Amino acid sequence: MSAPARAAGLGASTTVPLLRVEDLSVVFQRKGEAATRAVDGVSFSVAPGQTLGLVGESGCGKSVTSLAIMGLLPKRGVKVSGGVFFEDRSLLELSEGELRDLRGAEIAMIFQDPLSALNPVIPIGIQVTEVLTRHRGMKGDVANREAIDLLERVGIPDPKRRLTEYPHQLSGGMRQRALIAMALACQPRLLIADEPTTALDVTIQAQILELLRELVVGSDTALVLITHDLGVVAGLCDTVHVMYAGRIIENADRREIFYNGRHPYTGGLLRSIPRLDAARGETLTPIRGSARDAIPWQEGCAFAPRCDHVEDDCIGQPPKLETVRGGHSLRCLHPLDHPPEIETLETIV
Amino acid sequence: MSNSRTDSAQDPAATAAPGEVLLDVSGLKVYFPIRSGILFDRTIGHVKAVDGVNLSIRRGETYGLVGESGCGKSTFGRGVLRLNEPTEGKVLFDGVDVASLDGEKLRSMRRRMQMIFQDPLSSLDPRQNIESIMTEGMNAHGLGGNSSARRTRITELLEAVGMSASALRRYPHEFSGGQRQLIGIARALAVQPDLIVADEPVSALDVSVQAQVINLLEELQGEFGLTYLVIAHDLAVVRHISDTVGVMYLGRLVEQAASDDLYAEPLHPYTRALMSAVPVPDPDVEDRRERILLAGDLPSPANPPSGCRFHTRCPWRQETRCDDEEPHLRELTTGPADTGSSSARAGTAPVTAPVGSPSGTAPGGSPSGTAPGGNAPGAVPSTVVPPAPHLVACHWAEGIRDGHLRPKSADQVAADQGVYIAAEGALDPAAVIGAGRDAV
Repeated sequence: MSAPARAAGLGASTTVPLLRVEDLSVVFQRKGEAATRAVDGVSFSVAPGQTLGLVGESGCGKSVTSLAIMGLLPKRGVKVSGGVFFEDRSLLELSEGELRDLRGAEIAMIFQDPLSALNPVIPIGIQVTEVLTRHRGMKGDVANREAIDLLERVGIPDPKRRLTEYPHQLSGGMRQRALIAMALACQPRLLIADEPTTALDVTIQAQILELLRELVVGSDTALVLITHDLGVVAGLCDTVHVMYAGRIIENADRREIFYNGRHPYTGGLLRSIPRLDAARGETLTPIRGSARDAIPWQEGCAFAPRCDHVEDDCIGQPPKLETVRGGHSLRCLHPLDHPPEIETLETIV
Repeated sequence: MSNSRTDSAQDPAATAAPGEVLLDVSGLKVYFPIRSGILFDRTIGHVKAVDGVNLSIRRGETYGLVGESGCGKSTFGRGVLRLNEPTEGKVLFDGVDVASLDGEKLRSMRRRMQMIFQDPLSSLDPRQNIESIMTEGMNAHGLGGNSSARRTRITELLEAVGMSASALRRYPHEFSGGQRQLIGIARALAVQPDLIVADEPVSALDVSVQAQVINLLEELQGEFGLTYLVIAHDLAVVRHISDTVGVMYLGRLVEQAASDDLYAEPLHPYTRALMSAVPVPDPDVEDRRERILLAGDLPSPANPPSGCRFHTRCPWRQETRCDDEEPHLRELTTGPADTGSSSARAGTAPVTAPVGSPSGTAPGGSPSGTAPGGNAPGAVPSTVVPPAPHLVACHWAEGIRDGHLRPKSADQVAADQGVYIAAEGALDPAAVIGAGRDAV
């Protein structure tokens, strides 16, 4: 690895955050069953024009966090606590009607699987104009023209024809573009993208990421990107929050995470994925066990059963999220001294 | 070869040297008919999933086949095993034409070619316990002696994949995704195969678990003398695990090379685009890279473009030949010079072996093939297989290699071909985000 050039932080702390999540917890409680704490005291904030990455494996609570922010979790059997503030409005205290005015207009969401996020029996055009009618009061021809314009802007060819087509007639990449067009219809100030490219091929993924990058960089729209792919994070996010078993275990700006990440789980993730530019013969070091092995945070560090750096005091009391240095926080009693060294090759296309 | 294959003494192949061709596929085509009509079931066309692929895999080698969804890589794997009947072409497995076999002969041949599937939950019978899942194949092929010997054998296999004998009485749903995949691998090994076709073996797994399965596949290869055909969409995974990598696009093989050569010098425009699209978990690398964005989507495999199938999206497309003349795989010596500074290139200097008949390549023992990754601790001892020649199906590969031809931007390609792209400059963020805000 070349010398870890550490860029100065992006100065997120100096701007007023657009979204503030404070000590957010989500508990699923079914009658006669033990409660499941899916999200456990998560806090972060995003400023306009910034991209925040929420990283973790399946079941770590990253998607539930996004649904809680949007107020899309079911009311029954779910307890959401903590605070979600969009500018100065507390989203958790808004009524369903007020939320509906906000969703789609100021906060929009892009889902992982565009096929299931789009209604299969309604043409694309109607689904796009629906947003325009609901939030911008456009009707008929005006709405149609705007929809064509939107589809064109996200790079869908022949948008007029596409308006009359159904989701199944579009390719995966085009469906995701249509979904992005709908999300952009009212120029949202906050965009939440939950694994927006996971269902897509890499070349299409590159197109969509480029599109997202262009939408955020240089504008005052903030993006919360939820993903399991550290590669996507490395290219797109300003700050990165790594989640494990419902809690944030490490967060920092992206260079700090990748070149100075100190949580054994962060390091483990980096060493366990094959890198395209890694020298061949570089062996992968998997993380032992699976996410199922996590222990409840109340009994100690949830990652302890899989951790190579586990010590006796890791079990017993839960570690706290503590600031290591400006903008870099860590939830670990025995962090790594240095991040994993991976031998890489020079050339890369 | 492993000494554990005591049952297969009748199997002449078991004693063969590494490096000889085990699987030789020529002109394989797998077409799926498109039917129309309710009363009259007419065939109105074909989806040409695999359309003339030549490829050979040497014993002890790991051959990685990459491509995006719809390129025909999975169908190719299934065609080789005759899980999908090939429309045309020849599949020679250890010298025997698989297509000519039927009945009992095909059945016993299948013992030697096993498959690992992408989704371990749907490929394991939910109502069978692990013992019964694993012994089924052994029973069918009369392997493993009596039931107690079989049980010892499957216990050994479970241990080989890192699971304990307590798994035997349990059912697939009781395991995590990673463990199920390990069971799938152990099941494949139970019948002592020579070739394992692994179709997306890790893509359904969480990242931290992927590495466990990848490492296991590498270990088992050494232990059981296996040959792999690994089919995956993830170029980083394929590059990591494979000796030779083949890149497929729309039913055709467009490039094939030793894993390090392909990385050091991808020659086909599609391979370059594919490589540049793979994200690397390293902010500095990501900031430095220039992405080659492709315009548009994969064309329909029912009606592939004329000439080079990639010409509709190709940033290097030229006025002549590309549109109407179909390129064939040909060999290019790697690079204009030996100046390649990368140590990875050391062992893969210009290859002189003839292309058409890889069986003519030197049998194992040639020390020149063992160079790359000599520092690898615990790496697979499959380096006895000499590096494969670098083949590419592009008319202009030399010009691309030497930098005489420059790629066009995706916008230009899109404009030329009438397909879409939202690449650099095509979008003015202010136009998208800002437009109409005042209109609200």
